[in-house]
Amino acid sequence: MQIQQLSVFIENKPGRLAEITEVLAEAQVDIRAISVADTSDFGILRVIVDKPDAAIAALKEHGMTVSLTNVIAVGISDERGTFSKAVRFLADQGFDVEYMYAFISRDQGRAYVIIRTSDGARAAQALQDHGFEILPAEAVYNM
Amino acid sequence: MERYYQPEIECAPREQILQWQNERLVKQVQNVWEHVPYYRKKMEEKGVTPADITGVKDLYKLPFLCKDDLREAYPYGLLARPLSDCVRIQSTSGTTGRRVVAFYTQHDLDLWEDCCARAIVAAGGTKDDVCHVCYGYGLFTGGPGLNGGSHKVGCLTLPMSSGNTDRQLQFMVDLGSTILCCTPSYAAYLAESIHERGLRDQIKLKAGIFGAEAWTEEMRHNIEEKLGIKAYDIYGLTETSGPGVSFECSEQSGMHINEDHFIAEIIDPDTGEVLPEGEKGELVFTSITKEAFPLLRYRTRDICVLSRKPCSCGRTHVKMSKPMGRSDDMLVIKGVNVFPSQIETVLLKLGMEPNYRMIVDRKNNLDTLEVQVEVNEAQFSDTVKNMEKVERSISSALQSILGIGAKVTLMEPKSIERSEGKAKRVIDNRDLFKS
Ligand SMILES: [Zn+2]
Repeated sequence: MQIQQLSVFIENKPGRLAEITEVLAEAQVDIRAISVADTSDFGILRVIVDKPDAAIAALKEHGMTVSLTNVIAVGISDERGTFSKAVRFLADQGFDVEYMYAFISRDQGRAYVIIRTSDGARAAQALQDHGFEILPAEAVYNM
Repeated sequence: MERYYQPEIECAPREQILQWQNERLVKQVQNVWEHVPYYRKKMEEKGVTPADITGVKDLYKLPFLCKDDLREAYPYGLLARPLSDCVRIQSTSGTTGRRVVAFYTQHDLDLWEDCCARAIVAAGGTKDDVCHVCYGYGLFTGGPGLNGGSHKVGCLTLPMSSGNTDRQLQFMVDLGSTILCCTPSYAAYLAESIHERGLRDQIKLKAGIFGAEAWTEEMRHNIEEKLGIKAYDIYGLTETSGPGVSFECSEQSGMHINEDHFIAEIIDPDTGEVLPEGEKGELVFTSITKEAFPLLRYRTRDICVLSRKPCSCGRTHVKMSKPMGRSDDMLVIKGVNVFPSQIETVLLKLGMEPNYRMIVDRKNNLDTLEVQVEVNEAQFSDTVKNMEKVERSISSALQSILGIGAKVTLMEPKSIERSEGKAKRVIDNRDLFKS
C-alpha cells in the first residue's frame, strides 16, 4: 500500500532543480508528484515517479545523493473535511506526520495527499480500515 | 623622545648582545643535556655533545624541535626543572597532541613579564598609563603576559579579559584607558563600536599593542584612524613563553626580538639550512634564559625575514618582519590555532567521509569559519529535521575539538572542487599575509 518516494539532497543554488528534473526527463521518467523542503542552506527534493528504479539509477549516475522513502497516498473526496479527518485520525492514533504534500491526478481530476508518517505501513492499513481511500503503488505509478 | 624599559639591554652594542648569547647558549645547552633526556637523545643521534657548542656560531649543529616533539614529550618530557620548581603553566587551545603546555618557574615569569614591559614602554607606556588588557586570561598567554608587563611598568592595569563589548567600552570611558592590549581583530571590532556609538571624544586611548594573530597594514591604518592611536604589533608563542618575544618600536617597521633571551634563526623549511640575513624563511627560536621549558632550535613554522639594520628608535636588537605565511597548514582563527586535519578527525569520528572544505573569512572585523561537508547516503534522510541534526552534530563536535564555533554547510557529493583528484581544503579570504 505504500508508495516509494525518491528523496534527493540539493544545495540551494540556481538551476539545480531544473538540472535534476532534466536528468529524470532524459531517463524517460515521468514525475507524478513533487515537493521541495528547504532551509537556508540546502533543500530536499521529494518526487513520486512512474519508474522509481530507473529514476534512482539515473540520479546516482549523475552523482546525486538519493534515498527511497515509503509514503502513503490518500485520496481526497469531494466531501468537505475529508483531509482534516485523515490528519486528525493519524494524530489520534499516535502517528507522527513528518510532512505531506498534495497532487492532482490528470485523468480523474482528483486530489491526493502524500503523507510521510512514522510507521507508514501500519498507518496506511489503519487509514484504509477506517474508510479512507489509500492509493496502491501501481495506481500511482501508472496514473 | 624614545623611552626604554631596560635601556642598557635594549640598546646594548651588538658585541655585547652576542657575548650574552654565546655565554647563555653554552650554559643552556649543558643544562638541557643534563636535565632533558628527550633532547639529549636527539643530540646523541646527531653526534653532537655540549662540547661542540662554543657559541652562537655552532647553533646550526643542534637538532631542531618541532610541534611533533612537543606531542611526543607531552606533558613533562621537555621539562628541565623538577615540577616543584615550577609555579605556572600556560597552554594553547586544541586537542591533546596539538595543545602546547608550557611550564614556568618564578624566574621565567619574571623575564617574560620584562619582555612584555619592554613592549608596553616601546608603545609609550609609563606608570601614569591605564593599561586595558582584553586578551583572554587563563591558559592563554595573552592576558597573563601583558598583565604582568603592565604591572612591571607600573600602569594601572585593567584585567578585562575578552568579550562583553559593552563592559569593555564602559570601563574604557569611565576609567580613561590609555593603552589597549588585545587581538587586532578585536581592536578593529572595538574601534567600529566606538565609532558607531560616537564615543570617540570620550576615550583617552593613545596606543594599542595588538598580537596573537596576523594583521595587515591596512588594518593598522584603519584602527589607528578610527581610534586616534598608534597601533603596535607584538609577537610570541606559548612554546617560547608567550607574547613579548618581539615587539614593535616607534618606527613600526618590524619587531625587535628580545635577543638577550632568544636567539633567532631563519631556515629553509625544506632543507633545514640556515639562511643568510635578509632572506625569507622559517623562524626558529632558541630560549637561552628559560629555566623550566628551555626549547632549543624550536621551529615556529612562521615565515619571515630578519633585519639587523640600525633602527631609528635606538634599539639594537634584531628585527623580524610580520609573519608572511606558514610553512605548515595551521590557520589562526579568532586567535585560535586550527589545523585542517582536526576537521578530518571530527568527520571520521562521526563516521563520515572526510570530504570537507574550510572557508575562513573576516566579517565586521571578526573571523568566521564555515565548514562545508559533502553529504553521502549514510547521513542523508528525507526529513529536514534529521539533516539539521546531522549539521548540529558536526558543529558541536567541531566546537569541542577546535574550541571555536563553526558554521556547518551540507553540500552535494563531489561539489567540493578537486584538482588532479586533490581537493583544496582551505579557502582563506582574509588576505592576512599581504601587507
Ligand atoms: Zn626600533
